[in-house]
Parts: sequence; structure tokens; C-alpha cells
Amino acid sequence: MRAFVPEYEMKTPENLNETLQILARHPGEWKVFAGGTDLMVVFETGKLSHKKYLNINHITELKELLVNEEDVMIGAGCTYRQIQDNPVIHKEFPMLVDAAKLTGAVAIQNRGTIGGNIANMSPAADTPPALLAYDADIILLSTKGYRVLSYKYFHQAYKQADLRPSEIIMAVRLKRNQGMTHDYYRKVGTRSAQAISKVCMAATASVNRQRKIEWIHFGYGSVGPIPLRAIRTEHFLFQKELTPELIKEARKQILTEITPIDDIRSDAVYRREVAGNLLVEFLESIKV
Amino acid sequence: MDRMTLPPEKPTSPIGKAIPRKEGPRKLTGQAKYIDDLDFEGLYGITVRSTVARGKIKDIQFGQGIPWDEFTIVTAKDIPGKNYVALILQDQPFLADGVVNHPEEPILLLAHPNKYVLERARQAVTIEYEKLTPVFDLEESLKGATKIWGDDNIFKSYLLEKGNIESIWSQAELIIEDEYHTGAQEQLYIESNGMVAVANAKDGVTIWGSMQCPYYVHKALLPLFGMSEDKIRIIQTETGGGFGGKEEYPSIIAGHAALLAWKSGKAVKIVYDRAEDMVATTKRHPSRTRHKTAVMKDGRILGMEIQFIIDGGAYATLSSVVLSRGTIHAAGPYHIPNVRIDAKAVATNSPPHGAFRGFGAPQSIFALERHLDQIALKLNMTPEDLRKKNFIKDGQKTATGQTIHEGVSMEALLDRALKHTDYHAKRKQFTLDNSQKKIKKGIGFASFMHGSGFTGSGEKYLASKVGIQVTGNGRVEVLAASTEIGQGTNTVFSQIAADALNVSSDFVEIFQPDTKHVPNSGPTVASRTTMVVGKLVQSAAIGVRQTLQTKGYLKESYSEEELRQACIKYVKDNGDLKIIVEYQQPPGIDWNDDTYQGDAYGSYAWAIYVAEVSVDTTTWETKVDHFLALQEVGRVIHPVLAAGQIEGGVAQGIGYAIYEKVRWHEGRMINGTMTNYIMPTSSDLPTIEVLFEEVPYEHGPRGAKGLGELPMDGPAPAILNAVAMATGQQIKSIPLLPEDLMRASL
Amino acid sequence: MKVEFKLNGKEVSVDAPPMKRLLDVLRDELTNTGTKEGCGEGECGACSVMMNQELVNSCLVPVAQCAGADILTVEGLGTQEDLHPIQQAFLECGGAQCGICTPGMLMASLELLNKNPNPNETQIREGLAGNLCRCTGYMKIFDSVKKASEVLK
Repeated sequence: MRAFVPEYEMKTPENLNETLQILARHPGEWKVFAGGTDLMVVFETGKLSHKKYLNINHITELKELLVNEEDVMIGAGCTYRQIQDNPVIHKEFPMLVDAAKLTGAVAIQNRGTIGGNIANMSPAADTPPALLAYDADIILLSTKGYRVLSYKYFHQAYKQADLRPSEIIMAVRLKRNQGMTHDYYRKVGTRSAQAISKVCMAATASVNRQRKIEWIHFGYGSVGPIPLRAIRTEHFLFQKELTPELIKEARKQILTEITPIDDIRSDAVYRREVAGNLLVEFLESIKV
Repeated sequence: MDRMTLPPEKPTSPIGKAIPRKEGPRKLTGQAKYIDDLDFEGLYGITVRSTVARGKIKDIQFGQGIPWDEFTIVTAKDIPGKNYVALILQDQPFLADGVVNHPEEPILLLAHPNKYVLERARQAVTIEYEKLTPVFDLEESLKGATKIWGDDNIFKSYLLEKGNIESIWSQAELIIEDEYHTGAQEQLYIESNGMVAVANAKDGVTIWGSMQCPYYVHKALLPLFGMSEDKIRIIQTETGGGFGGKEEYPSIIAGHAALLAWKSGKAVKIVYDRAEDMVATTKRHPSRTRHKTAVMKDGRILGMEIQFIIDGGAYATLSSVVLSRGTIHAAGPYHIPNVRIDAKAVATNSPPHGAFRGFGAPQSIFALERHLDQIALKLNMTPEDLRKKNFIKDGQKTATGQTIHEGVSMEALLDRALKHTDYHAKRKQFTLDNSQKKIKKGIGFASFMHGSGFTGSGEKYLASKVGIQVTGNGRVEVLAASTEIGQGTNTVFSQIAADALNVSSDFVEIFQPDTKHVPNSGPTVASRTTMVVGKLVQSAAIGVRQTLQTKGYLKESYSEEELRQACIKYVKDNGDLKIIVEYQQPPGIDWNDDTYQGDAYGSYAWAIYVAEVSVDTTTWETKVDHFLALQEVGRVIHPVLAAGQIEGGVAQGIGYAIYEKVRWHEGRMINGTMTNYIMPTSSDLPTIEVLFEEVPYEHGPRGAKGLGELPMDGPAPAILNAVAMATGQQIKSIPLLPEDLMRASL
Repeated sequence: MKVEFKLNGKEVSVDAPPMKRLLDVLRDELTNTGTKEGCGEGECGACSVMMNQELVNSCLVPVAQCAGADILTVEGLGTQEDLHPIQQAFLECGGAQCGICTPGMLMASLELLNKNPNPNETQIREGLAGNLCRCTGYMKIFDSVKKASEVLK
């Protein structure tokens, strides 16, 4: 333990409203703290610079997982465990289940939350690629009310996002019945479990009987400063006939869109190669 | 003691039976006390380390905002005795005095009652250096242009010669040369290092801690404090894994804790956190091996020239003996008429590399077993046929000129392993399938042997001692400095003693290793504990029985209860009964330290390991799908513990082969966390199947040999041979990460 | 701050900084040293305990979040004289070697068997994937969990 523990504060607001009030009263002074699976790791190394935290892990409004006719609302405080256990998510959003199962291992999945995974803003997080490929929205909340944002606009730069100091992430919204017929999630990590991704790709697609691509979304992790929605590659593929030549061209396209780096877990050359291979693996797997 | 006095083994003997681990219940209930679990009152200690790889210390600044007067601060100037860690050479200081030779070298020590304040203080110490040119690369060190150690950067050289290698090149039909590399590896015991010390002039120094070798710590502290032997006392607490990582480094931590305790007059505890343990303590030596081999087209190997270089880091520590084992194992279980092995351990400005299961052998065996597969390929032979042509047989001589007479047939072992894994059918099937598939499969193997016990005259010089004493309550206690570190020392010793006394293993207690009370049975290393020390346990137990019988306390045949009563009565009548026995070298063992020729080890364990792998060419990830470990280890004393040793070693070997990479930057490990140093999880490992053959070794207890290190040797070459089969890539360097395989393949 | 929670069935009260790790509170304040620290970053699982019937890494839980919680550690599982069936299975099958990952491994096994009384090998591997063991290569741990699941049935 390398932190000076006594100088850190944590208080536990009664409810959501009190949490928002505190955040509004002193914007930036307090930060919210949920399952702690990311923050505590930084804390341990003595490098957690912010010192004052609001514990929101007990707030029931954030732990709700609502299945509506049009959408599924996953409260930001829902754990990876809750996500895995939900039958509708299992059936309709299986990539999110894959992502949740591949985040850490059981003890992390019992504590870590989807809101935390987003708010931590790591480009290597496991759920964002799936959320991007499902074209999820996120719901931000402050004393001034709700703000609904397409998740693809949330991340802006490394560890920067469209999240104001007075706001918290309230929920993630997944639209049902979007009509995509194929999906693909693959995390290439340093090992099979307890791993951080080197490259992660999630994708959804629909292809008609003439092999024309009618829906295509790619979400990537660990290939740039933020979780990436590969919009240019999607545009390139959209409405085209899925042929081996097109797949080759799409591979070239994705390599112009990602900006991976060398780091302690892998290197840019490998990440580019594998990011391309995953895209090819997915597109080749689409049978009409 | 004479073997003749050991009664024949009875069906009730605990030998060969899976009795419960002796200290199992206390470990399973959280009651076992590891060093950080002891009730403790005193100061916490912390180490301030160098931030540069090589330099002169110009200034030490103690920053603002810290109540420095509350701290105990120790530098090299505070050392009461000599500032070197006594081991083999005396080149490594406990605390840097003016110069540093590697990153993370200890410079000063701080102690304070509050852990949090202490950590803050460590961060407030700034040290200024005049930087000197460092050397990080083994090749650069060999060139010697920048001298960082001695005259030539070389800690130790060996030249091992058999036959006449120069005469053979012209006779060879083919000469095959190549170069192989192995990386550093972290032991990664899950309990990090820690020590508690009490030290003062009146009572001397007492140390409690996590360690493999109490008498190594004892030896290191003698000159540090300049005290007599009886004033230094070392006690091993429950130890959460070692694998070599707690062989030599604990001496340094013990010294540090003792220095702080000496100066403060209070008990001091130093427990490393994971980050410190990983960056500052020892790793397996990185290596580079060059092979030049003279072969005939029929597969006969006429000669081998091997250059084996290991990177020792900044100080000599154990590098010379690691090099020795690696050198002796470099020619493998083969009969090669002409051999030259030129071996060197060189200095670099990294933290010293040290002991790790296998001790040099995994490095040189990796090179050899990969090289043989490449030779087979070039000769258009199968790897198995090439090996069968060259396996050493009883009556033939190893590279050191040792005549083998163990009654083990490597050829039969190989046949059994290949049959068991359906090797031939799989090889055929995989070859057929691979051209069509993105996931390529391969199967490969390695053949090897591993010497038990200290090399050459090592055991003779050690002259280990073991005692058994009879207690007043009618039990017997084993007194040995051999430590239980998870591998099962307690259980195996109790089995061996109980067998010799013809009682159940519950009758036998194991005394906590404590230099005040137990004799020096040598270090807990080198696959020597069961075979060498276990034999002494057996002899001492026989001594107890014979004493009780000769003095009339015990009949020729007796029940357990009768033995109990005899013990009680003996102690009542005569006081303590303690039998101490000392190692005697078995007859017929001959070793020459100068020529490095002779009987390198009393016996060897022999093995064939077979790996099946899949390589996914989408991601270049390698997964081991199945692993067979077949070995001959003499008599198996405890089948579950023995299999557990093999499985654990294979798991470490799989890590060594394809997961565990130490990433260096200017001599410092930069991935020193469990998140970024990748050891395998339960989801990564294949089913590890373990098979034993048992050919009893006449000088081991009930025929046992050593087996602890053996499983580290085979996995890496077996796996990389399988990868070569799967992909056609002849990879010559480990660890093999997906990034490396991608680069080789594209 | 003062925090009250239940530890192995008994109400306890501690006074500690709010961000102090549950791991340290268990070991320092409550002298329950059965729970071990292996890495301090939620990676090795040696510090695993049950919190409100769910497996957590106690190094990642600030004590402030434990108010009112129900915590179970290895000390609450069984005693040396009366081992819990999972502990007994580990003893018989060789699931513990050096013993330092063992308390966490037992907790992970308990979580697994609570949620899935009859796990197959893949499920055992997944269930224990957050608990690193450097001694066993996991094989004997899998045997132990299988054996425990048979006994507990």
C-alpha cells in the first residue's frame, strides 16, 4: 500500500438526489466511487491524485436493469455479474455478456460496474467495444436533469469524455430490435482471464440475400486513445456487396482508421495486424 | 548408518501413500502464520533504492514535510561489521556505499512506527548521482569494452571437454549451427518476501522470515555484525512459495531488518509489496546458447560445440553455480563422443539474477532440444529417431565423463510417451489438417535429465546434518534446516522417518527450522531435500530405533504404542535422546573440481515431455492443448505431492515458454505487477497428465531421487517444437509471445 | 470513521480511515490474518473473501463500503478439527501446497459451488481464474473442487 490512506475521504450520500446535490454544490471537489475495481488499483500504487470520493455503490436507482419494449436500460451501477445473469441481455446483446465474462474474473465481475467501466475512460476497457457496436446511448444525470447521448460521442480524447463534473452516468440504453443479424466479439488479451486487452473488436452486421451490407458497426478497444467506433470503415462497407475483394479493401480501410501504440502489453504492429485480422474473421464468417 | 539396518518395507509403511499434508489443516484454515501474520510490535522498515543503473552517489537529500527525527535511518556507514552479503564471492554490498551498480540497489533504510508515514518518507528522499556508462546487454558485456565488473565482466567461466572436438569437424557429413535465447523469469511466489528482526549487543540478532535456507541467512549475517555463530539466530516462518526466489535474496532483507533493529533498538519488520518484490529481487538468468553440431546422415552425432552464456546481473551472487548446472546439462541425456562446452556468466547493470527452479538447466536444455529438432529436420529424420540414435545408455559416459548405470532406458520412456499421447497419429492428422485451417495444431516433445542434489563435490563440502530427537511425550521430532515451502518437506520427512521406525507418520513431528535448535541440513534447493536430506532423516530414525533397542527399551519387533512407551521411558531415565547424522558421500562417486570431470550428480531423473499446441493464425496466440509429463524419478515417496510438484513445475514451464516476459528498460523491470507480468491462470493451462516410472536409486531413501526442478526443463522446448510442427516456424527464443510469432511468420 | 459489519457471523466495529482496504482492516484491526495479500491490485485473488454472499477481492474494497455488510473469511469456514467439506477436499486431493493462495482459493471455490453445485471442468477453470496459484499448476485444485462438489451434493 503506497497511498497515504488517512488523507483520503469517502462519504456515503443517503440517495441519488443527495449525491447530485453534492456534485452540483461543489463541482469537481467530489468524485463518485462505485465498485472500486479500477480506482482502488491506482490508489494502491499511491498515484490516485483525487482525494475525495462519494460512495454510490449502494444506490438502488443505479442498480436497476429495466427491460422495456423498445430498449433495455442498464443502470450504471449494474455489475458485470448482473449483466451476465440477465436473460434478455443474454439473448439479444450476447456481446455484452461476452465482455462482462472476460472482464477480470469472478471477484471483479461481482464488484465492477458498467458505469465505472465507461467512466474510467480506458481505451482498453472490455464493454465499450460492445456498446459501440450496439450503438448504445448513455444517460447522464445532474440536478439539472437528464442528458441522453449517443455513446459514440462520449469519449473525446485519452481519458477525456463528454461528462461534466456535476454529472454522473445514470444508465446505458440498448435499443432492441435494431435488426442486425450477425455479431462478433473477440478480446485478444494477454491471457485467457484476468487480462487486459491488446486488441478487442465487437461488430454487428446485417446482410441481405444479395449479400448487400445493410447494417455494419465496429467497436474497437486498445487501438487508439479512446474506445473507437470505426465509422469510416462502416461507411466504406455500407450498402456494398460482401465479396472477398471487399473484405480485403475493408482490411486496408480499418488500418487507416486505427492509431495503436507500443506499450507494456503489446505493440502497434501487432495491434494493426490483429485488428485487421479480426475484421476479416468477422466479415468472412457472415453467411447469407 | 548402514542401509542393511533398514527393515524391509511393510505394507503399512507410509512410503508411496498419499497421506494428508502435514501442515495442511493449519494452511487450510488460515491458521498458518506467515511472516506478515505474526503478532508484531515495533517499527516498519523500508528500503530506498537507486533510480539509476550505474553511478556514483553524489548527494542524499531528505525532503521537506517529513518528521525525520522520528525515523531510524541506516546507511552503509551504520554497518557494525562488513558490508558484503556473504555467499560465494564478497562483491555485493548490503547497502550501496558511494556507487550503485544496478537499478533498485538498496542505498538506505528507513524505519518508523507508521507504515503510511514511512512510505511518504521513502518518496521524499532524493539521491543525486554522477551517472556512469552502464551495460545492459549480454553480448556487450562479453565484448568487455565497458568494464563494469572485475577485469573482463566475467563472473565465472567453465570449459568442459570430452574427446577431441577439433578432430571431428572434417569427419562430419553435416555441420549444423544455430543460436538460442531465453529470457528472464520471475519466480512469483504468491507470498512476497518479508523479515522481522530483533538485534542488540547483548542478545545478538534474531530473524524470523520467509526463506528457503536459514543457514544461508545465518552465514550472511555473521560478517555483517561481526558476531559469533551462536549470537545469530534464524527462524523460518511458514513460507508461501520460493522456487529459488527465496534462496539467496532473503539474506539481504534479513540484514536490512537487522540493521534497522540494531540502530533503533526495536523490533523491525520489512515486508516487500509486490511491486518492490518484482523489480528488486532476483529472476532467472537470461541466456544465449550457440550450438555447432557434427552429425552423420544416419543421425549419429559425432560432436557438439556449445557456447553457453548467462547474464548474471550486477553482482556475482549464485551465477557461478547456476552456470555450472546449466553447463553440465547442456549436452543432455545423449552419448556424444566429442564435446566442448564453453560457458560464461557475465555482468550487466541489472539487479542480480539468481536461483530459480532448474538453475541454469532450463536455459541450456531449451537450446539443445530445439537444436535437435532442427537437426532432425535437416537430416529429414523424425525427432524421435534422431534422439533414439543418440540416447545415452547404461555404461556410456556423459559430457563430464560420468558413466551412467541407473537402469533407465530413455528409448523405452520415449516409446511410452509417444504411444500414450498417440503422437504418430496426431502428427499425421495435424499435418493433413493444417494446410486447410486457420488454427494450426502441432505436437512436439523434449527428452532430458536433471541431476539431483548439489553438483560435483557440493554435497561432500556441505556435509549436511540431520537430527532426530525423542520427546518426553513419546514422539519423535525431525531436526533439519530444510524448509517446507509448499513442496512437501514436512510430509515427506515424516513418511521417511515413520517408515524407518515402522510407525504411522502421525508419530513424527517436524521441528520448525531454527538455527538455534536444528543442525545445518543444507539449503532447500537443487532437488536435494528428499533424496539427500531424506536419506539422513532415514539414517537418524534408524539410529533412534537401534539406540532404543540396544539399550533394552525396545524389542526387536514392536507396536507403535510400545515405541511410544519406550521413548517416554528412555527420556525419563536418561534425558534427551538426540541422534545426529552427517552426510557421507556414497561410494564410487568421483568428481574433479579442476577439470570439471567426473560424477556430476549422484543420480539423475529422466523425462520425456510431450506438448500439443494450437496456434491461431488470426491472433498468433499459442495455446497448449494437452501436456504429458512422463518421468523416472526413482521411488515416489508421496504420489500426490510428487504429481503436484510436476504439475506446478510444468505450469511454470508453460509460462516460461509462451507467457512470462520480463520487460526491461535500462536494467529495470518495467512490468513489475501481476497485471502486466503474465503468469498463467486456471483458464490458460491445459490438462497436465503426469506419469511416473520408478527405478529405485540405491542411495536415496527407499530408492527416491530428486524431482523438484525437473519439470521446469522440458515444457519450453517441447512446446516450441510443437509450434514448429504446427507453423513451420523454427523459433529459437523464449518467451514466444504472439507478437514474436507474428513477426516470424509474416 | 466507525464502521460496523458482520464478520464470520459476529458483529464487529472498527475505527479506520474510510478508504482503508477491507484486507488491511481484517488483518490489522481484527487480527484475522487468514486472508492474504498477494498483489494489492485485484489480480491474484489471495485476498478473496465473501461479502454479502459474493466473492470480492478485499484489497479493492474500501472499508467505508462495508457498513452493514456480511463478510465471510477463511476463519469462518471451518476449524482444523472440523474442516469444511471444501477444506477437507483440498487436504485430500493436494489442493494446497504453500498455502498462501489457499484461503482465497477456498473462497472462490465456495462461491462457485454455491452458484453451481455441479460444475464441469470448464466452469471450475472459469470460477477460479481470478485466483492465481504458482505451486500447483491448478490440477489438484480442480480435483479438490470436483471432490468437494461430490461431497456437498
